[in-house]
Amino acid sequence: MSDDARKDTQEQADFRQYCRGWLADNRPPEPTVRLPLSPLEIMTTEQLCYLQDWQQSAYDAGLVGCDYPQEVGGGGCKDCQRVANEEMLRARTPFFPNVIGLGMAAPTVFYHGQEELKQNLLPRLFSGEDIWCQGFSEPGAGSDLANVQTFAERKGDKWVINGHKVWTSLAHFAEWMILLLRTDKSHKYDGLSYFVVPIRAALGDGVTVRPLIKMTGETGFNEVIFDNLEVDDSYRLDELGKGWQVAMTTLLHERGAGELQTPRAGGMKSKATHTTNTANLIELARNSVRDGEPASADPLLRDRIVQQVIREQGLALNQQRARVPALLDHPMRVQLQNKLLMTEISQDTAALALEIEGASASLYLGDDNAPVGGQWPMAYMNSYGMTIAAGTSEVQRNILGERVLGLAKSK
Amino acid sequence: MAKADNFGFGEEAALLKESARKFFTDNFPTDALHALVATDPSPERMSDCAWERDLWQQLVDLGWSMLAVPESAGGVGMPLVAVAGLVEELGRAAFPCPLLGTLNATYVLIACGDGGQAALEEIAAGQAATLAITNHQGDWNVSQTEVSCEDGKLSGSAWFVQDARKTDRLLVSARSPAGLSLYWVATDAPGVSIHADAILDLTRDQAHISFDAVEAEEVTNNALAALEQAMPAIWIILAADIVGAAEWQLQTTVEYASARQQFDHPLGFFQAVKHPLVDVMVQIDQSKSLVYGAACSVDMEPARALQDAHMAKASASETAAFASGRSIQCHGGIGFTWECFVHLYFKRQKHSQMLWGDAGWHRRRLADILIGEVA
Ligand SMILES: Cc1cc2nc3c(=O)[nH]c(=O)nc-3n(C[C@H](O)[C@H](O)[C@H](O)COP(=O)(O)OP(=O)(O)OC[C@H]3O[C@@H](n4cnc5c(N)ncnc54)[C@H](O)[C@@H]3O)c2cc1C
Repeated sequence: MSDDARKDTQEQADFRQYCRGWLADNRPPEPTVRLPLSPLEIMTTEQLCYLQDWQQSAYDAGLVGCDYPQEVGGGGCKDCQRVANEEMLRARTPFFPNVIGLGMAAPTVFYHGQEELKQNLLPRLFSGEDIWCQGFSEPGAGSDLANVQTFAERKGDKWVINGHKVWTSLAHFAEWMILLLRTDKSHKYDGLSYFVVPIRAALGDGVTVRPLIKMTGETGFNEVIFDNLEVDDSYRLDELGKGWQVAMTTLLHERGAGELQTPRAGGMKSKATHTTNTANLIELARNSVRDGEPASADPLLRDRIVQQVIREQGLALNQQRARVPALLDHPMRVQLQNKLLMTEISQDTAALALEIEGASASLYLGDDNAPVGGQWPMAYMNSYGMTIAAGTSEVQRNILGERVLGLAKSK
Repeated sequence: MAKADNFGFGEEAALLKESARKFFTDNFPTDALHALVATDPSPERMSDCAWERDLWQQLVDLGWSMLAVPESAGGVGMPLVAVAGLVEELGRAAFPCPLLGTLNATYVLIACGDGGQAALEEIAAGQAATLAITNHQGDWNVSQTEVSCEDGKLSGSAWFVQDARKTDRLLVSARSPAGLSLYWVATDAPGVSIHADAILDLTRDQAHISFDAVEAEEVTNNALAALEQAMPAIWIILAADIVGAAEWQLQTTVEYASARQQFDHPLGFFQAVKHPLVDVMVQIDQSKSLVYGAACSVDMEPARALQDAHMAKASASETAAFASGRSIQCHGGIGFTWECFVHLYFKRQKHSQMLWGDAGWHRRRLADILIGEVA
């Protein structure tokens, strides 16, 4: 019996057994294309189709959206998504391509959308048929998200949208976008409203998507221009002027501190390549050489590896302690640290990996001699995407200082 | 991942932690601590070992000094996670008393099997105890002792003995014909002399103790095995004390940063103050999770106890240093005075940081476990 299984309710135990059985019989085939590190770097339709097929079959089997009610296409279970996630990780499946849909759009639509909208949108979101993207950031609104200027003007029961979004991950594949925009220019926060918008249907007709290239050389995020796009009022979530509150639901889930567990799969090939964890770091140290000895024998490197192991274990145990109220001084204190810790720990792990590689850290993906296919330098660079996206580390520290410690709000 | 979803921290443990918090806030607020221990600022002062004996007696009457003693020896038999909860609160109050020493002795005695039974019964009856197992170089390697036993009599000296002047009994390691043995000795036995150390920490006392042909009862002739088995619990409770004290440092500094204004704003408005305080919180939470995770391993998954306990103390030692530094710095000039309470915790944390191995000491051992020993 695994650690996870030990704590299951009856429903969870039965479900776990079902998941295990299904995963044993339905392992997706080996991909014929190189898969990216995460869904945020999906570049080709071949990559996308392979991952979409996998999400569809996992959804058909009931492993996606388990805790949502059946009326909206969910499984109607209680706390079973966590079980499915654990089993999919254990089975080292590919990841799901529709990350923004599953992690952000679904809970937001679920908590703030009209019943009919939920029933129309969520099943195709869960199945991965409709990819979703998030239109929050703009050239003038990053950390200061409430400064969003994209504007919707009322025209009968329609809205006409104009504006410019940036860093929009997956927009090049997305059917739908969750869109934070302004409906009132006189109030910063209360002038914001929140829509879901079918962008793919409007490509070339009110919507332009242009890819942006990341420092790694990958694509994955885009800029999206709205030029008099008309959308129906029924695509609005919650009330007019309540966009900021709705966005908070999105951000809470994006940072892993929301009510609903995000369906998550992954781990395929992660032992061999490119997952920024310390097990792989130790493996790398054993296989690298420093001063004629394995790098794993170097006392300074050993100490720094151990420091990373301790942080990684601290994070894992934090997540466990977050569910034990008697060991928390403040209800959100530990959850709100998740995003900050996860991204900074993996950044430091990747940085250390490059030092362990030494001279070979200079070799990138195209070089046959690059250790582990050049994945560590790439992971290191991508780690900065993680400490910037979804609220930078500095913004996370502001949130923690203000909401948890109660310190005065910074400008 | 810890074995039990809730670390085995059940209702009883939660109640104990809550009543401990209340006991210390009601009976021993920080101004009382300051009035009690911060009487002589002279750098050349000798430690005067001020403590509230009556409050300690109340704590004993509540059963807290015998929490870890098995029920079969008349104790309460609480798991380590519950004990860690109590000690976290004790650390938050920086309460001067021989609880940690008594717990340390308890865990070693439990590891002694039958030989430890009589001594455990004395602890269950309210006696305080402490370990006397360290040499004058402060080598945390438990096989190092400068006491030897011949014909049942102890001679030599033990160093860095914690809470020596508050305790009734000593658990002494000594070279014996069998190798390394443990002995149970009364602090007032003929031939025992306690020499107080002049220490930085005002909330503890420490001494070196000399033994001159002291009659002693042997508890086990396999001290090494018993000490090695008990060390994880000993590191974990000290780490719990550190976490509690660090939380006091954090909260006190946050209060100050909210009350004090400069440049027309509370100090905490400035990110050069705000972000380090957040980092202190993050570091405390890491240590706290590692403490309860490790305690859970000792209780339920002994094969992981050593590794997890090393992690807990390594992390807590860093927390002690970091929280202490920030607590003084963010207070500015007032934080640098004798009159401000933060120095009491700064000093307690420095003591705890080094005691039973600092972060580097534990990480070196962890490296051998996790990466493998270097040939
Ligand atoms: C890989 C990646 C994927 C992304 N995907 C999406 C997406 O799908 N949808 C979307 O809407 N957005 C996306 N983003 C955008 C992301 O949310 C923003 O980049 C982020 O919020 C920061 O905004 P900015 O880039 O404008 O930086 P700025 O806000 O200009 O910040 C620049 C620097 O100043 C610091 N700073 C700013 N304000 C403060 C302050 N008050 N206190 C202290 N420091 C401060 C920041 O921490 C940062 O270091 C993505 C970004 C990345 C890197």
